[in-house]
Amino acid sequence: MSSVFPADSVGLVSPKVAHFDEPLSLACGRTLNNYELIYETYGELNATASNAVLICHALSGTHHAAGYHHADDRKPGWWDTCIGPGKPIDTNKFFVVSLNNLGGCHGSTGPSSRNPATGRTYGADFPVVTVEDWVHSQARLADRLGIQQWAAVVGGSLGGMQALQWTISYPERVRHCVSIAAAPRLSAQNIAFNEVARQAILTDPEFHAGHFVEEGQIPKRGLMLARMVGHITYLSDDAMGQKFGRELKTDHLNYDFHSVEFQVESYLRYQGEEFSTRFDANTYLLMTKALDYFDPAAAHGGDLARTFSEAQASFYLISFTTDWRFSPARSREIADALMDAKKNVSYLEIDAPQGHDAFLIPIPRYLQAFGGYMNRISV
Amino acid sequence: MRADLEIIQEWIPANSRVLDLGCGDGELLSWLQKNKNVTGYGLEIDPDNIAACIDKGVNVIEQNLDLGLGNFASNSFDVVVMTQALQAVHYPDKILQEMLRVGRTCIITFPNFGHWRCRWYLAHKGRMPVSDFLPYTWYNTPNIHFCTFADFEALCRDMQMTVLDRLAVDRLHRHNFGSRNWPNLFGEIGIYRVTGANAR
Repeated sequence: MSSVFPADSVGLVSPKVAHFDEPLSLACGRTLNNYELIYETYGELNATASNAVLICHALSGTHHAAGYHHADDRKPGWWDTCIGPGKPIDTNKFFVVSLNNLGGCHGSTGPSSRNPATGRTYGADFPVVTVEDWVHSQARLADRLGIQQWAAVVGGSLGGMQALQWTISYPERVRHCVSIAAAPRLSAQNIAFNEVARQAILTDPEFHAGHFVEEGQIPKRGLMLARMVGHITYLSDDAMGQKFGRELKTDHLNYDFHSVEFQVESYLRYQGEEFSTRFDANTYLLMTKALDYFDPAAAHGGDLARTFSEAQASFYLISFTTDWRFSPARSREIADALMDAKKNVSYLEIDAPQGHDAFLIPIPRYLQAFGGYMNRISV
Repeated sequence: MRADLEIIQEWIPANSRVLDLGCGDGELLSWLQKNKNVTGYGLEIDPDNIAACIDKGVNVIEQNLDLGLGNFASNSFDVVVMTQALQAVHYPDKILQEMLRVGRTCIITFPNFGHWRCRWYLAHKGRMPVSDFLPYTWYNTPNIHFCTFADFEALCRDMQMTVLDRLAVDRLHRHNFGSRNWPNLFGEIGIYRVTGANAR
């Protein structure tokens, strides 16, 4: 391993692809006859395969959670703060598996892949996938890797929802569930924000009803707007205030609608534009639907405690005080249901100004508490 | 184990479900899990204590007692414990009521402000008692609701609680001739096991 990487980095990593030919039945009623999942692994699987940890990604996440693809990469994987030697998810102890979910746009089969049935890009024809579907596909990846039971399934936000779903769908295959900044289901407000994002994409003339690839176009504008509105919900009012305030980019007001005047405008436009060049619009639609549809208690008359009645895992829930997308109250709903169901659960509320994004940020108490829990998992 | 916890554990039946309010570093629950097959949760707000609970493998929930126990169903625990926290909560009577609702029995420990040393300090110096055991001054103390054993028992009567067991001990948690016969004068810490009017 090269010395150009920090000592607590997993270093240079390269993704692998698993191809599946067993048909996967989806919640929507359709079936995927074959599909691929791209994934990375960090650390070594032990002889009894008892040290495996699954990382589930959030809305715009990828399989590249830690380390570097190239020696000259500017940034490591998206959760490098938490995965590596001596980090909360310690790769000296654990074998970490991180995949790109089905429907994604980073190498797993999704709307931007070729549909073998037609020979054309799936586009809008790719089925709507749910958190449950993802968990089933992840279980097949676990089978492929020889992992009968995860030491832990870990995720933040939408990833935390997958971690919860694992304990419901495969209770005997998860020993610990670490669900960070998650919610047991979306609120009307959450769904409303997602709908604004979807409308931005769907009404972009360059979306072409989802078949933009074939038209040789990208609904950049829609995707950019979707990301901008999403980004607002990831930050707290305080965080935005501290970062930008009412600071101007120019020294005077232009009294027009075209100029980028406030720093916050500039930041959002940059975030949106950057995102629109690297993310697939159909995948974005799918991810927001998966969020909206997630409601494991719906099958149990809305009773969340009963939903977890078969779970065998121990649960660790973490929320952040200024997260208003999935506020601490949402994590407490999960904690209360788990206590009601007499499950092992611990719940932490980390004082952090960063809002929902806090789960990606190296906040000392967060990292310490996260690592503290992971350390006592026996493998 | 801390001496008061040593006494309390004897009052907690094996295999019971316990809620520990202000569980500190989780010492009691950890011991009970290992030795009496007890299950349950500790509620705590101090980050270091919470981290210590996690290290011990104790289920800990970050929750402020002053916001009540509204998230717990009635009679959902066999025993609800609160050690050395009654004097630090904003509404001692309300938290007691909540404990009695959530647990079939409750165990409470608190310092006795009627102890002779407190009385002597106040009478002699005319100032609020400060000691090694309660080292704070009036303006920075987390202990905002001091009471004596007599006060507590009056509250028990008002709230129609039944006192099942009581023990007055000194700061080393020994009980002696004095604390047995004149608890409100010679007992420094009260350990009570109570049950509500509705419970059997």
